[in-house]
Amino acid sequence: MIQVKALSKFYGKKAVVEDVTVTIQPGKITSFIGPNGAGKSTLLSMVSRLLDGDTGEVLVDQSDVRKIKSNDFAKRVSILKQSNYMNVRLTIRELVSFGRFPYSRGRLTAEDERIVDQSLDYMHLSVMQDRFLDELSGGQRQRAFIAMVIAQDTEYILLDEPLNNLDMKHSVQIMKILRRLVNELGKTVVIVLHDINFASVYSDWIVAMKDGRVVKDGPTAEIIQSEALKEIYDMDIPIQEVENCRICVYFNS
Amino acid sequence: MRNSVKMLILVLIATVCCAIYLFQDLNGSYDYALPRRAIKIIAMVLTGFTIAYATVVFQTITHNRILTPSIMGLDSLYLLLQTVIIFFLGSAHLFVVNKQVNFILSVAVMIGFALLLYQFLFKKGGQSIYFLLLVGIIVGTFFSSISTFFQVLIDPNEFQIVQDRMFASFNNINSDLVWLALIIVGIVVIYAWRHVKYLDVLSLGREMAINLGVPYDSIVKQMLVIVAIFISISTALVGPITFFGLIVANLSYQFFKTYQHKVLISGAVAMGIIALVGGQWIVERVFTFSTTLSVIINFIGGVYFIYLLLKERKAA
Repeated sequence: MIQVKALSKFYGKKAVVEDVTVTIQPGKITSFIGPNGAGKSTLLSMVSRLLDGDTGEVLVDQSDVRKIKSNDFAKRVSILKQSNYMNVRLTIRELVSFGRFPYSRGRLTAEDERIVDQSLDYMHLSVMQDRFLDELSGGQRQRAFIAMVIAQDTEYILLDEPLNNLDMKHSVQIMKILRRLVNELGKTVVIVLHDINFASVYSDWIVAMKDGRVVKDGPTAEIIQSEALKEIYDMDIPIQEVENCRICVYFNS
Repeated sequence: MRNSVKMLILVLIATVCCAIYLFQDLNGSYDYALPRRAIKIIAMVLTGFTIAYATVVFQTITHNRILTPSIMGLDSLYLLLQTVIIFFLGSAHLFVVNKQVNFILSVAVMIGFALLLYQFLFKKGGQSIYFLLLVGIIVGTFFSSISTFFQVLIDPNEFQIVQDRMFASFNNINSDLVWLALIIVGIVVIYAWRHVKYLDVLSLGREMAINLGVPYDSIVKQMLVIVAIFISISTALVGPITFFGLIVANLSYQFFKTYQHKVLISGAVAMGIIALVGGQWIVERVFTFSTTLSVIINFIGGVYFIYLLLKERKAA
């Protein structure tokens, strides 16, 4: 379980995340939604300790993230940011192998190789494992990075806008994979999303943020309501039920 | 060609270069010429190693393949120190004449400066490496300007001594210093080699490195200190020569096309040794000391870079 307690982050005097207390349920997909600049990515960065919070604390399985050794932390929590620009040229397999670094410290064992193979299989990347990342399409690239995270084999997987710049087909593909990770492998997935319909259809739990604060926190069915969304986005959003999916029709609001 | 084969070829060339340098026209002078040449070889290997290692590590940390550690202003600090000593104390002073004292003083000042710079920056929590570089550039320019100011005022005879320190040279290497430098570098290497595995991950970027369990801030700090020590030692030993790290590091990237830093660093070191020993041989045998090693390396390196530019243009 990941617990965030009274966490704040200031840039100068401006609070980007202010007094956030939230609990991430294990074995579920939790989506963070909210307008641009609400502090979702900053919060995720602090949970994964890419950033240090100014006040408050983050607990992973009851221990403070700042007190966990870097290497042990990397075996429990992984993070994928939205931009993964790299100035080294890697093949898919090399990238996925990096996911084993917390375990192998750079020397891959047979066991590591096996897990890399599995991760590649899981993401249907085995046939193209020797292609270079810069030769791939956006969807393939994103899948390669997720394969790396799978190879890292952490209980918690945090993703910062993984659907960025992906078309419908690839977005659905990625979300289905995340769903499978939770259902089949028992992972806990935390994801920052901009498209609330993806959040509605695929997540178990939704945390809505606005101006650095958590405004709503509850099961998906409770948040995907016109009144709740009005509070989060300042928009009147009608909701339609189509084939068991609650769809927010925000285009004319 | 496999990378291990490439590495073997490089090591072979480096060995051949060293052998030719050591044994050509020796005429049985085993007591006089051989030890003197050997000391130079050790100095060149040491310099090649420190500069190549420091440059590759520095470029990985900064994610930039056209920077050299000289951007932190250590070279200019060295020149400033030499100029100021000679200006105020005169070229006959102990600090100038006694090479050991001068070496230890220079190394101490440069490492002290680097630590001060890091301390100041990391304490502020700015944690941006680019800010460090920016401060380095400004301070370095400041040091150069002050040096120039003193060099303009200095007695012309004394200026000759200063000028002598401005260019890297292996011609008057002090053997005691080489051993001292070798010991320091040896100790640092034993400590530093443990970090090489992190370099591969660091090249993926800060966020990826943290995600994969690298204690980023502490590792980067330690690496920057190691870079500063290496640069200080090589500069104090032979003079400012960091420019050549740029050439060997990029040659190594081009030649090996890998992300593995064990390979990249080893390759850069081998190329550094080839460049220095081969270059020194050309200086001594072909130009009979009428030019300096810096000129040769700059010339060959420059030609290589133009070739690279032309090749890239064709590829695009």
